[in-house]
Amino acid sequence: MNKIKFIAIKEFRHIMRDSRSLIIVILMPIMMTFLYGYAINLDVKNIKLAIVDFDNSSESRDLTGRFYNSGYFVKSEKLPDMESPEKVLVAGKANAVLFIKPGLAEAIANFSDYELGITVDGSDANLAAAASSYAKMILAEFLSSKFSSGQTESGVILRSKILYNEDLQSSHFFVPGLIAVILMMISALLASVTIAREKETGTMEQLLTSPVTPRQIILGKVIPYVILASLDGLLILLFALIIFGVPFSGSSLLLMMFGLIYLTTALSFGILISTLVKTQQLAMMFSLLATVLPTVMLSGYIFEIKNMPVVMQWLTQLIPARYFIMIIRGIMLKGSGLAELWTESIFLIALTIGLLTLAVKRFQLKIG
Amino acid sequence: MEKAVVLNRLSRRFGDFIAVNEVSLDVEKGEIFGFLGANGAGKTTVIRMLCGLLLPTSGTGMVNDFDIYRENEQIKRSIGYMSQKFSLYQDLTGKQNFEFFGTVYGLKSKLLNERIDELTAELELSEFINRLAGSLPMGWRQRLALAAALIHKPKILFLDEPTGGVDPVFRRKFWDILYRLADEGTTVFVTTHYMDEAEYCRRISIMHRGRIVEIGDPRELIKKYNQPDLQETFIKLISRESQNE
Repeated sequence: MNKIKFIAIKEFRHIMRDSRSLIIVILMPIMMTFLYGYAINLDVKNIKLAIVDFDNSSESRDLTGRFYNSGYFVKSEKLPDMESPEKVLVAGKANAVLFIKPGLAEAIANFSDYELGITVDGSDANLAAAASSYAKMILAEFLSSKFSSGQTESGVILRSKILYNEDLQSSHFFVPGLIAVILMMISALLASVTIAREKETGTMEQLLTSPVTPRQIILGKVIPYVILASLDGLLILLFALIIFGVPFSGSSLLLMMFGLIYLTTALSFGILISTLVKTQQLAMMFSLLATVLPTVMLSGYIFEIKNMPVVMQWLTQLIPARYFIMIIRGIMLKGSGLAELWTESIFLIALTIGLLTLAVKRFQLKIG
Repeated sequence: MEKAVVLNRLSRRFGDFIAVNEVSLDVEKGEIFGFLGANGAGKTTVIRMLCGLLLPTSGTGMVNDFDIYRENEQIKRSIGYMSQKFSLYQDLTGKQNFEFFGTVYGLKSKLLNERIDELTAELELSEFINRLAGSLPMGWRQRLALAAALIHKPKILFLDEPTGGVDPVFRRKFWDILYRLADEGTTVFVTTHYMDEAEYCRRISIMHRGRIVEIGDPRELIKKYNQPDLQETFIKLISRESQNE
């Protein structure tokens, strides 16, 4: 126990001595938070919408007006041809087509069932998702303006061809995911570099001729980075809450617990990388490549997993961030608890145990 | 005489390559043993096996009466190791390095501080102990590394080319320290390419391509091969071995 403590203290001394990398560790998350929070704004505006109005009533004209005045939709350059409205989508003249079948006005008056159809160009998944949720929102506003509160709900529903991404604000969506990306990147990077450095300078050999076990080395070296990465996570979280106003509706204790599990995964991954490389530079490149790309691309952080080819969807199951992002979004945005998140939790814990075992085994074999 | 190291037909293979081929040797307690050989002869591999960094493929070995296969832990506690590479933390001060390695060997703070003061005085390190190890000239670094290897009073000191890249004055001082250690009963097992250093050893062995080709008192070896000095003896032996292949 004492040995682990002293390895950890020594590691802290390295960190404090190397002020440049300390600054990187603190500044990078802040910069990335701003970058993802502001610059990469995926809120979609100016969606080109063609409306095919077969009802042609005051109600349908009101609805049309609401769409075009919402700020999200603009009129398409070309009106669709009545027989085959999809053509405008194919030609790229519009991003979405809204069909108002005859009978909207009657449906509102009689509370009868009625279906509005929206077809969205799915080639831009993000835009498509946004378009259908905006349309829903606008329709809901339209309907609530027609019925005073307390009245029975109308039978008017919107049928859209693509339906997901309920959360509209992209910063709400991105910042929790960002915590997953940054924690993975920083932890894997730091852990792999710190071990590679000891290999490179020969101090690892010196350590191994002394009576410390590889396990003690791993633990001692990793503890300071758990603390550092947790601070990073908290920092981004504070940014998310204060600057981007991301809601936090779930349990912070639960989030912390999963945060630690996720950190363990990331650090194990870093240790694993350190057993594959000999120099700090390689460790750095390897861990950036092996964490950032898969974590950003395959975790559902930016791209919807549902839209990926099946093979890629299988691959995403091996990405720890996939589960952590679902957990953190669930906890922060929806206030989910263990009851809702148990599948993700099991997958994440299984991955963590697997990676940790593999990392420790390989470390003992290669370095011990 | 008690033995500090006993090796019997110790071998180590890496795939098809036989790095160490049936090496047998004894080192007595308190002697300075010179472990010589050309580059790539397998010296470092032997030292790594003695220090518990590498398991042998076959043969037996005892270090401080502990088995090198099974009693790794006990061996590690009783040896000091200094490699050809400077392997202290360069971004820590000498003192921080000592503190770290001391605690790794389980020294409690009171004892550790005493030991640091002792070594600082013995190796005349007081000027340098509070500076970053990486900022010191080579000679001082080596002495710092030696002090770190001695922090837990090991019974055997393994030194793998400890004086590479160090000027003659420093080398002489370094050897003075080794003599003093041997007088106090520490066994010193040292590899070197400097033949003047090898002559300081009580006994030497010469390794060539994984085998030990000669072992004995350096002065007697010079006589045996009828050479002016150890350097010529070494060259003669190595070239004879190379021709025999």
